[in-house]
Amino acid sequence: MTERTLVKGNEAVCWGAVNAGLDAFFGYPITPQNEVIEWFARELPKRGKVFVQSQSENGAIMMVYGGAAAGFRVMTSTAGPGWSLMQEGMSHLAAADVPCVIVITQRGGPGQGSIRHAQMDYNNVTRGGGAGGYKNIVLAPNSVQEIHDFMQLAFHLADKYCNPVLVLSDGVIGLILEAVELKPLEFEPLPEKEWAVKGRDTHPEEMMRRFIHSSPASGKFREGYFHYGAWLEHMDQRHHQMAEAEVRSETYQAEDAELMIVAFGYVSRVCTEAINRARAEGLKVGLLRPITLWPLDSQAIREQADKGRQILVIEDNLGQLVDDVKCAVEGKTEVHFLGMLSRHMPTDGGMIMPGRVLEEIRRIL
Amino acid sequence: MSGETATKVRVTGLKRSFFVPLIGCPGCQHPIVSRTVGEVLEEMEMDGTAVVVTGIGCAAGIATLNLDTVLGSHGGAPDTATAIKRLRPECMVVTMQGDGDCIAIGAGSFIGAMTRGENITIIMSNNTNYGTTGGQTAPTTLIGQKTSTSPEGRDPLREGYPVHVAELAATFQGVAYSARGAVNTAANYQHTKKYIRNAFQKQLEGAGLSFVEVLSACPPNWRMEPTECLNWITDKMIPEFPLGEFKNSSKTG
Repeated sequence: MTERTLVKGNEAVCWGAVNAGLDAFFGYPITPQNEVIEWFARELPKRGKVFVQSQSENGAIMMVYGGAAAGFRVMTSTAGPGWSLMQEGMSHLAAADVPCVIVITQRGGPGQGSIRHAQMDYNNVTRGGGAGGYKNIVLAPNSVQEIHDFMQLAFHLADKYCNPVLVLSDGVIGLILEAVELKPLEFEPLPEKEWAVKGRDTHPEEMMRRFIHSSPASGKFREGYFHYGAWLEHMDQRHHQMAEAEVRSETYQAEDAELMIVAFGYVSRVCTEAINRARAEGLKVGLLRPITLWPLDSQAIREQADKGRQILVIEDNLGQLVDDVKCAVEGKTEVHFLGMLSRHMPTDGGMIMPGRVLEEIRRIL
Repeated sequence: MSGETATKVRVTGLKRSFFVPLIGCPGCQHPIVSRTVGEVLEEMEMDGTAVVVTGIGCAAGIATLNLDTVLGSHGGAPDTATAIKRLRPECMVVTMQGDGDCIAIGAGSFIGAMTRGENITIIMSNNTNYGTTGGQTAPTTLIGQKTSTSPEGRDPLREGYPVHVAELAATFQGVAYSARGAVNTAANYQHTKKYIRNAFQKQLEGAGLSFVEVLSACPPNWRMEPTECLNWITDKMIPEFPLGEFKNSSKTG
């Protein structure tokens, strides 16, 4: 029988990371993810691993840069305001081709906003908020089990592409308790990190140092970028590889649907409940859930339009994913939107509830 | 280099760490500071296990030495070095930063590393201005000194006072060693080389953070001939930024 443990979403981040072979965590406290940093502070030293509480999120991400450059599996965790401070480091990490995992447990923005749940960082995580030009995979779990499993997948993909990977949680799935199978997952083997800094004389080649740098003059001495254009080509190639190989989405009750809801994260769970109720009323509605927000499964979205289905985008923000969905369907079908103004309460504890989603389904069909 | 002092501390040159020539404007002293760091690492047989983390700016020119190097963000080198040292304690981890990098934009990073007493070495080249970007006011700019963003000279009522980083570092319990040197005379160069060696020794002993500030000429932005710069360091900079060791303890605290 499968053994399951009752785990909080934020702690599943930690279990997943440890099962992925995490070497070090660097972070700064911020609500609603404080269980993450507290768990690591308690548990990593016991396991002989490194934990450092930085002086800021800017510090945390630059520590992640150092740990990643030294060839270790490293991560940090934050929420919106801290994520803002990490943008500079993110750009350096992506440009320098070094892998790491960053968890963002979304809260309400903008600015200081709210410390409660929301999905207001979609644009920010999928567009690259730091100095321009990079792209990174974003995994959006919708359960505690997925948080645990996606942490492991995130470390694998980060190492595979030598690129930061984001796990986008939120203040709902981060704080709920669910029964989880805390099992290490198997992935294809990856090459050694021969590019990592650890002292010039430790490398196999005679007197050949390693140089990690977020520019074409860089670290990629190891691959040799002769000029800016060659470096851009390398990045472009990597972006395409990720976009083609790592796009993930799933559907629910899609077979005969006349209306497809597009939703991610905790809202996709809400929508599943609403779809079950709508189906009981005979309403033909299904769910398309993007699992990677970048790359977004635009093709699957476009196919819904090609089948003549209407689309309803539901997200706990003022409209972000909906713009990408509109792009994907190329005007072939109507795209409806239900956002955080439709929460059940006007306070920051308000949520988009299944009943409200059901109302919208009835209105459209 | 000649006479008795030369036998105490030799200019050994770079044997293993030379890669491409260290670059700088005519009369720039950053390459001297960088080379000195490389020389001391070689003399201590630590060049093969060293990891250098640079800031952004001319002081980052040390990145052209044949040493494992991470070119960090503007100001974030102490954070990046923190992680590398924690994960690879066998490596000699040294940051090479300018004054603007270290104590303006990177002040939080610098103070964070000193607060935690990270077992790393921070070398800060102080040339009283932002050299790379064309000579703007830095926290270290002298009173009355003209820069491109203090065209009438630094006025304390407008731009405040020069910051004394080596003295500041010495106040931290997590700092085991803090010194300020210069490379404008042979004698000063030799003292500086000794300070850098002492700093690395502290790291080897696991004593805590070690810090060395080095006064460094910037002829183009100072609008002076290289030789004038050497005198300006003696006449103007050293009275404001006295040379010597400010802390030398066997363990932090």
